[in-house]
Amino acid sequence: MRHILVPLYAIIIFLVLWELLVWVNDWPNYKMASPSDIWPAFWKFKFLFFQYGWDTLWRTVVGLFIAVLCGVFLGMIMGFSKVLREAIYPLLVGFNAIPKATVVPIIALMFVGQHDLNTVLIAFMISFFPIAVSVSIGLSTLEPEYRDILRSLGASKSLIFWKIALPKTLPEFFGALKVAVTLAFIGTNLMEIVSPHGRGLGALFDSGKTNSDYPLMFAVLIALALLGIGLYYVVVVLEKIFAGWAERSTD
Amino acid sequence: MSLNVKKDAIIIKDVTHTYKTETGLLPVIKNLTMNIPENGFTAVVGPSGCGKSTLTKLISGLLQPDKGEVYLSGEKITTPRPTVGMAFQNPVLLEWRSIIKNVMLPLEIVPNKLNLQQKEQRAKQLLSLVGLEGFEEKRPSELSGGMRQRASLCRALVHKPKVLILDEPFGALDAFTREDLWKVMHNLRKEEPFTGILITHDLRESIFLADEVIVLSGRPASKQFFVKVPKSKTPKLDSLYTSKSIDMLKTLRKQIEIAQSQQEQNK
Ligand SMILES: Nc1ncnc2c1ncn2[C@@H]1O[C@H](COP(=O)(O)OP(=O)(O)OP(=O)(O)O)[C@@H](O)[C@H]1O
Ligand SMILES: [Mg+2]
Repeated sequence: MRHILVPLYAIIIFLVLWELLVWVNDWPNYKMASPSDIWPAFWKFKFLFFQYGWDTLWRTVVGLFIAVLCGVFLGMIMGFSKVLREAIYPLLVGFNAIPKATVVPIIALMFVGQHDLNTVLIAFMISFFPIAVSVSIGLSTLEPEYRDILRSLGASKSLIFWKIALPKTLPEFFGALKVAVTLAFIGTNLMEIVSPHGRGLGALFDSGKTNSDYPLMFAVLIALALLGIGLYYVVVVLEKIFAGWAERSTD
Repeated sequence: MSLNVKKDAIIIKDVTHTYKTETGLLPVIKNLTMNIPENGFTAVVGPSGCGKSTLTKLISGLLQPDKGEVYLSGEKITTPRPTVGMAFQNPVLLEWRSIIKNVMLPLEIVPNKLNLQQKEQRAKQLLSLVGLEGFEEKRPSELSGGMRQRASLCRALVHKPKVLILDEPFGALDAFTREDLWKVMHNLRKEEPFTGILITHDLRESIFLADEVIVLSGRPASKQFFVKVPKSKTPKLDSLYTSKSIDMLKTLRKQIEIAQSQQEQNK
């Protein structure tokens, strides 16, 4: 019960302080909207919120899913072959060093009008790096004795991967996935804000800006925060299920 | 030297092994010949870095010798065999598995006809033999170092290997825990006979556990010296403090020193 009540109180106190801050300073809502402005703004556009929220959600999840597939694949290649690691790693680092905000307009122009593709692509590009790195490090730092225990019994490479390498890498993988889910979400929103008529919560935010509807912009921020929290905790739950043992061993 | 295939479970015949490293060739084992009779237990000692762990890999088939042959129960070894069990200084237990599931791991790999219940029974039987009854469902991190090493021994033996290869399994334990585990080893050998080779840095351990102690020369290692250790049916730690044992330890100590200085000179 405490796990729910304590955060709930914290949120309530935060909202009250926010409301007070705006009220005391007598800020107009284009400077800073207060919580009491936000609910009406949400209610006015509630259908758009759900429709666009769904767009943002599925684009993020699909982008993340592709990032997981590619990241795990690249990580496995780099983890198992030293030569390929030396070949791929500098490329990856270079690619990751490019601020993705600069890639957004390029992609947007490259596939003009294909909003779903653009958005998923950016979500993927921004989030696969930590996954690839964590998987490759997890696999390449596998102590040789772990392998030898199975290899000395005549186990095949794939059996060693399933029984030892994969489970041993899961904690690192989920650590990276927590970072990646946040990044993918940022990527989705960057693209949605930039793409004209692109739908998604980012587009709703942009239309709030165009129409000087500041409470709407704040309402979108809150909706994004809720969605982000939801995504993050889905990963946390998956981590508990598949790599809960790691938490116990570091207690 | 007789090559009696029936009597000798492990035969190492004129084996030479060289690592290819970035700085050139590193000869590690040179013309090494040794046999271990069936159900015998041989300890191998030698200077650090002389090639003992390499020897265990050659016996288990993880490495192939450049020259010479290794036979297990008369069969030439070219690949790893399920008739081998191994334990290292690092117990390498898998944290995501309970202790009993760790011990059962080889049974998931080695072909066998046991069903799940029989596998569990087999693992339990071994765990109670080494004094880990009641710890079956614990995680490795919940056990002490000595207990983990006991579990690692159970895992090495669970599939009833003909040959047990131990590479400094007690090296990281404190002196008292180590002596406890020596007794555990004697128990295990009595309950289910196997042919054993033990790599160790502890001369007392070597004469307490083994029927024969082999001293390897400095790198590249070959057989420099060996001594048979007479064994009573129920070995006692006290027996390490008899004058006979002390003389033997002194002799071994001297041989190690010779090997060490030879390895220094070869550098
Ligand atoms: N895979 C490898 N590639 C290249 N050189 C190796 C490899 N493994 C071991 N060596 C080298 O071979 C030599 C013998 O190594 P080995 O591990 O067999 O020694 P050891 O007798 O077990 O040493 P210790 O007593 O310290 O455990 C060492 O000099 C080591 O650096
Ligand atoms: Mg060694």
